Amino acid sequence: MRFVDEFRDADKAHALAAKIAGLCEPGRQYKLMEVCGGHTHTIYKHGLEDYLPEQVTLVHGPGCPVCVIPMGRVDDAMALASEPGVIMTSFGDMMRVPGSNGSFFDAKARGTDIRMVYSPLDSLKIARQNPDKRVIFMAIGFETTAPSTAMTVLRAAAEGLPNFSVFCNHVTIIPAIKAILDSPDLRLDGFIGPGHVSTVIGCRPYDFIARDYGKPVVVAGFEPLDILQSIYMLMVQLSEGRSDVENQYSRVVPWDGNVVALRAIGQTMELRPYFEWRGLGFISHSALKLRADYAQYDAELLFSVPGVRVADPKACQCGEVLKGVLKPWECKVFGTACTPETPIGTCMVSPEGACAAYYNYGRLTRTRVKEASTS
Amino acid sequence: MCLGIPGEVIELLADQPDLARVDVSGVRRVINIGLLEDEIVGPGDWVLIHVGFALSKIDEAEAAAALQFLESIGQAYEDELAALADSRIE
Amino acid sequence: MTAGTEHPPPATAGWVEEALAEHERQTVDTGTGATKFEHRGSPQPRPGTVREELVLERIDRARRARPRVKEERVIMSHGAGGKATHTLIEAIFLEAFRNPLLEPLEDAARLHVNGARVALTTDSYVVSPLFFPGGDIGELAVNGTVNDLSMAGAVPLYLSAGFILEEGFPIAELSRIVASMQAAAQRAGVQIVTGDTKVVEKGKGDGCYINTAGVGLIEHEASLGVANARPGDKILVSGPIGDHGVTIMLARGELDIEADIVSDTAPLNGLVADLLAAAPGVRALRDATRGGVATILNEIASAAGVGVLVSEDDIPVRPEVRGASELLGIDPMYVACEGRLVAVVDSASADTALAALRAHPQGREAAIIGQVTTEPQGVVQLKTAFGGTRIVDLLVGDPLPRIC
Repeated sequence: MRFVDEFRDADKAHALAAKIAGLCEPGRQYKLMEVCGGHTHTIYKHGLEDYLPEQVTLVHGPGCPVCVIPMGRVDDAMALASEPGVIMTSFGDMMRVPGSNGSFFDAKARGTDIRMVYSPLDSLKIARQNPDKRVIFMAIGFETTAPSTAMTVLRAAAEGLPNFSVFCNHVTIIPAIKAILDSPDLRLDGFIGPGHVSTVIGCRPYDFIARDYGKPVVVAGFEPLDILQSIYMLMVQLSEGRSDVENQYSRVVPWDGNVVALRAIGQTMELRPYFEWRGLGFISHSALKLRADYAQYDAELLFSVPGVRVADPKACQCGEVLKGVLKPWECKVFGTACTPETPIGTCMVSPEGACAAYYNYGRLTRTRVKEASTS
Repeated sequence: MCLGIPGEVIELLADQPDLARVDVSGVRRVINIGLLEDEIVGPGDWVLIHVGFALSKIDEAEAAAALQFLESIGQAYEDELAALADSRIE
Repeated sequence: MTAGTEHPPPATAGWVEEALAEHERQTVDTGTGATKFEHRGSPQPRPGTVREELVLERIDRARRARPRVKEERVIMSHGAGGKATHTLIEAIFLEAFRNPLLEPLEDAARLHVNGARVALTTDSYVVSPLFFPGGDIGELAVNGTVNDLSMAGAVPLYLSAGFILEEGFPIAELSRIVASMQAAAQRAGVQIVTGDTKVVEKGKGDGCYINTAGVGLIEHEASLGVANARPGDKILVSGPIGDHGVTIMLARGELDIEADIVSDTAPLNGLVADLLAAAPGVRALRDATRGGVATILNEIASAAGVGVLVSEDDIPVRPEVRGASELLGIDPMYVACEGRLVAVVDSASADTALAALRAHPQGREAAIIGQVTTEPQGVVQLKTAFGGTRIVDLLVGDPLPRIC
């Protein structure tokens, strides 16, 4: 596949790995965080950690928009889905996230009309085809996905569609990164910057990380070579004592972002004063809701939402995993009570969650892996 | 969720200016290119597709430059391996 | 970080505390054949002493615990062919019906009837849509049953066909389905010798469901079974994977994706006969249906207590299937086929086996995809095209419901 296969070449990976190792100062440990869930997924799926020297550790960040949705919000979504005459539509990865009373999948088993869609536009189609029903779209995602929701709302408005609304759970990436940087229990040397979020917001929003916190940032693509090259670029900066924002994913990410997308978001949405993030607590100005002009497409206004906060279970350490403080296998319930089949928290439910990625793909020590591949 | 993949634009839909048919390894789907309205998008262009929308036009020049960098690293590595194989310290 | 507003005290999710308590109880309950170990409570290593190996061992113990269905109701995942299906089968069906003939849980049961070795299988078909590029539910039903028998090394002979029809289902469509079944039966050399018909009220059945049973004579000397796999054995697949599942997904029309992919549904008895005649060292055969090739690899690893190592580069996948899978975010390893087999073959016979498969029209694109290893037991690993290694676990959830 073009623009994909070329970035999966094993020989070039060995070359990059050698260069990364060459840049490591003897005795120094390097901790690099990849913020984006998609990066976590690629790293584990392709076994990238096998290529890194012992001195370089990757820390998995909170860039998984499904993972950060608190249980209370899931309960709200389930309540909306159970309203009479409602068809709830949602992306696939949201279907298995458990609230305090089961997940969308469980609700479906009980007869609730919940349908999986690939695009918010599919939701609109369902609304057009079912004029007697009220269709709600469960909108999740960072700034990557918000423009698509925005365009869908604009389209609904243009068509005057009376039976479509959005339950908006879009979150923004910068406050999450800032929460990580301000976290006292974490020491990071650099960031592998989000790839597709940057397509929308551009690279400038990360300036404060380099300027105010002195950490280098490299915006990375999603193929294995993209990530390895980004790590290499970070190591070069660290070895030169620099902290700049660089764009490895320049073939896709424009430095200024996508103005049309930002306009669409700006027209239809505004920042909430605060929003609760699973494991990170309340963060101000970190999530989006629909503007008053688009109130008739806002499910939170059209229906009554319970709005009950549900505490993260004491045993669940998703918060610490999301912040990168704990590795998945360091969570006390990882792999025992909490598995992909019986997830307790969101890090295990979402395919991009660090715990799911580790359990599904990376669940062996490096030594055992090396033994196995040579037997 | 960050799932975005490259696809090639095959045709613009005549009656709907913000829709285009794209091809991903022989699989075709109509997607919305409204987010790229400030740019010229036509058949043969490559775009990044995310949940039914094109988020960005892939810059072939940048892609070529990225690949060239990787090639150069690869070649330097090959050269070094070859040099290592050839050299003797006896 | 907070905005200074008063936030009401939160509710709690009781099911989590229950799940943890349940897990503690489970690790004490010895049950039949489960591993017994002391209940010391959840291990709480002191900070700094946690080692990845300890945790991995803890996970292994948890995975070996007696299977229990945690849900109160059936969910779609129970039909996906992955973890939930396996748990349901072991905890509910095997528990209730347990006997030595059932326990191997192979595609067909191997029976001795008056000195003859007989294979018996049953299948139900609930695919939606009923008609799709490359076939229909009828053809699927005949081929699927024929294939389950073939995997036991049996010559398929006779099928039954039971229909559950929904009130209002067009007779013309029923006739099409039945004509397909007859054509498929003739192609495979089997006869449909008995059947049943039931009709349910409108809304209680999705058009047409088909249930089949199949009977065949086992002529192959050795007993085939995934438990026979031994370290050093090679693993082969008979052709590109994922065609059927992706075809069905696209045929549902909800995704607006067009592609030239057709279902790979086909009878494999001819292919199997050629393979068994040519290669003496065939240990096991499985057809890759729900759950895909990944599920079979996991079944091999756990039944034989071995490791499995396959190479991504060697697994044949059509570019369109790869493209569609990328778009949908699914992994072809878990996508159903309906005309592909996975074979475990003694390494000495591997090349002969491959040649035999490739010589047959159903196996032109066959490939050796990996091998059986000693360690790590029960785990399937994939060497990625990129050179790294990762695990291929049993499927969780249900990416493509009702595909066969």
